[in-house]
Amino acid sequence: MKPIVVGVGMTKVGEHWDESLKSLAVEASLEAIDSSGLTPEVIVFSNMMSGRLQVQDHLGTLLADELGLRGLPAVRVEAACASGGVAFHVAYNMIKSGIYKVALIVGAEKMSDTSTEQTTTALMTAEDREYTGFYGASFVSLNALAHRLYMEKFNVSEEEMASLAVLSHENGVNNPFAMYRRKISTKEVLESPYVADPIHLLEAAPISDGAAAVVLASEEVAKTKSSVVSVEASTVATDAIRYYEREDLLTFESAKKAFMNAVSASKIEKDQIDILELHDAFTIVGYLTLESAGIAERGKAAKLVASNKFTLSDKPAVNTMGGLKSRGHPIGATGLYQISELYLQLTNNAGKNQVDNAKIGVAFNVGGVGTTTSVSVLKRR
Amino acid sequence: MKPLREVGILGFGGYVPMYRIKDEEIANVWNAQTSGLPVIEKAVPSQDEDVFTMSYEAAKNAIARAKISPNLIRAVFVGTESKPYAVKPTGSMLVTSLGLDNRSLAAEYEFACKAGTEAFQSAIALVGSGMLEYSMAIGADIAQGRPGDELEFTSGAGAAAFIFSKKSKETVAFLEYSVSYVSDTPDFWRRQGQKYPQHAGRFTGEPAYFNHIISSVKTLFEETGLKPSDFSYAVFHQPNTKFPLRVGEILGFPPEKIKPGLLSPVVGNAYAGIVPLGLSATLEVAKPNERILVASFGSGAGSDAFSFVTQEALEEKKNLAPLVSDYIKRKKYVSYVTYALYKGKIPR
Amino acid sequence: MSESVPRYWREIKIRERLIGSKCEDCGRITFPPRKVCPYCRSRKLTEVELPKKGKLLSYSVVRKPPAEFEKYAPYVIGIITLENGVNVISQLTDIDLKDVKIGMELEGVLRKYREEGEEGLIHYGIKFRPRIK
Repeated sequence: MKPIVVGVGMTKVGEHWDESLKSLAVEASLEAIDSSGLTPEVIVFSNMMSGRLQVQDHLGTLLADELGLRGLPAVRVEAACASGGVAFHVAYNMIKSGIYKVALIVGAEKMSDTSTEQTTTALMTAEDREYTGFYGASFVSLNALAHRLYMEKFNVSEEEMASLAVLSHENGVNNPFAMYRRKISTKEVLESPYVADPIHLLEAAPISDGAAAVVLASEEVAKTKSSVVSVEASTVATDAIRYYEREDLLTFESAKKAFMNAVSASKIEKDQIDILELHDAFTIVGYLTLESAGIAERGKAAKLVASNKFTLSDKPAVNTMGGLKSRGHPIGATGLYQISELYLQLTNNAGKNQVDNAKIGVAFNVGGVGTTTSVSVLKRR
Repeated sequence: MKPLREVGILGFGGYVPMYRIKDEEIANVWNAQTSGLPVIEKAVPSQDEDVFTMSYEAAKNAIARAKISPNLIRAVFVGTESKPYAVKPTGSMLVTSLGLDNRSLAAEYEFACKAGTEAFQSAIALVGSGMLEYSMAIGADIAQGRPGDELEFTSGAGAAAFIFSKKSKETVAFLEYSVSYVSDTPDFWRRQGQKYPQHAGRFTGEPAYFNHIISSVKTLFEETGLKPSDFSYAVFHQPNTKFPLRVGEILGFPPEKIKPGLLSPVVGNAYAGIVPLGLSATLEVAKPNERILVASFGSGAGSDAFSFVTQEALEEKKNLAPLVSDYIKRKKYVSYVTYALYKGKIPR
Repeated sequence: MSESVPRYWREIKIRERLIGSKCEDCGRITFPPRKVCPYCRSRKLTEVELPKKGKLLSYSVVRKPPAEFEKYAPYVIGIITLENGVNVISQLTDIDLKDVKIGMELEGVLRKYREEGEEGLIHYGIKFRPRIK
């Protein structure tokens, strides 16, 4: 029994001054529901920071009401930046269990309602507040610790480190939902100011607003539709909450485990992947994910991207719709943008960036500094 | 005054912040003359420092030299006029951060620049009376002076901590005698809620500083029969470079006996911290069996005078922690703007 | 976003003295203290004070600080490997940005981390600086 993706919906990612968390979630949800032609039986809402940024929780019920679906069971899932992938995992298991036949998973985050300091503080709740946040670390700076160590240990240049950002922007140009639809050069990246040295502004995914939704259905229900995208695996794994406590600071154990489990559940090997969505909140996260999953050799991921691997014509093609860097990173929505974009590719709806014969798509959604990773494996049947 | 049982210094430690500003830089800002400035330069604490953090480091150094577990110390007194909280004891904060015994007496002393040596007297008395075995006294200040005021040319920062126990082979010096002398002399004050102190200009000299120090030291001489030639070193309160040398001259101490503990030219006047710091620096150069005179001065006004005699353990214990001279050598000059920012003169 | 007073108070001793826990079964030390050993899942853990000397393993400069840290920005945040091999995270102090180097010898000192405005509590903790001696 494999859950089937029967519909997706996305809002454009950006600074939506005239939209609320609620209205963004509604827009993406309605589009997903409409494209599926089904009525959900359960709602899983993915969001990280509404309690702090909007002073609003109880999001599952809030959305059920807004969608005219009062009475439905609804839950909210939070796993920092991996909230979307983990919410998908929860819904995946709901469908697999046979208890529910149609689930709406919606991810939404509204980050432009607050000051940068407040948002920075809220993002730091991905780590242990008492023993990392207390010391004034920003979330970017934690990733910067890994970034610097990676450069030192594997002798990687600044130019090489910047390459994933350049790649994502190259692809994002043709994504109508992307926040920054323009190419950037390595020179531009390196000339942009530091957010937390050595991470430059243009190596960090932008603070953004957005919502993405996926309707997942059982095979039995999906049979009545012309749905062709199945979920072959959905896995989640975790690691030490405090980055500094890791024994190996340059391996994401969570990505390693989640991918290993996804391979064994799906029987799909890494060389079969056509499209790979990496969580490039920072370029280092992308590189360490590739290496921890064994898709790139240790210390080689940045060099591979810099040598023009992973482009649209390559296999796998990476971040075909712009990744987090160009599309944007509305935290709780990101994992569902990744699934939605894979769905577009696997259903031949990716427009100018369509990868020919795309059959297998894999998304890595990472929360914290590789602290929680969810892996979703999608397949065109 | 002499305690019932003999008391000694078991450990001592100083601390001076890293940043410095030259008096010349301050003079240039205020278009003042650069000749005849009261000190060469003064210590400026970083933005993340205050009397608690400076006391902590001095105390850590004192504990290292005392060679005892910190939880044996049962009293901590901090003499300061710049405690981080107007109400909330720095002493209790030190008990927790240093791991002292919670069954401790903890308090602050305030008596302008002599608060540090007042803390000495109380800490000595507790050990001397046999009420407890180990006590700690700290003098620490981030001296305040209104921008452009003459105090701004001297107001420095620093701390020093002393651990007292009964006299033994482990003590680096023992207390021979002490005197305290006070009178209502309003030469310098700060009203409640005010950020900067006021002072009565030249009035702080003869009737305040000189009168009180000379009175306490002469009393000590009279009551002990000691005379200046019995002392190898003298540490006087040092609001500038001139006063301690002048009071030494009046009392019969040549400059070479004063200079090892004369830190104000390079640290500034660290208010309640400066005499304890001067004593630390003096202990660091003294040899065993030498006598040291210490005479503080606090506006308002009063002076505490002490006679300490160094012991054999001093030689070995000196190098168990950074020296005051190490802290003085560790320096980075800052501009007036950075200094003003660090001292909170520019709101941020 | 100020911390509640009891929440700050609970951690004072751990933060100011660097108290970790040592597993009586596997001997591993972790900071901060825990109830369960993350390496062997033993529940026999005892509190230990960690050494305050170590080496810089990696660092970053925080230029966009979280709320209430604005006063000190830009500041250096680093992972320090203590003499007993335990890693901790901390700010560096008394150092120019240009002088920070991986592998440099550091020592822990007590410093202010932030202030809850002019009237609120002052938060203290260990920061690391280049060794004096």
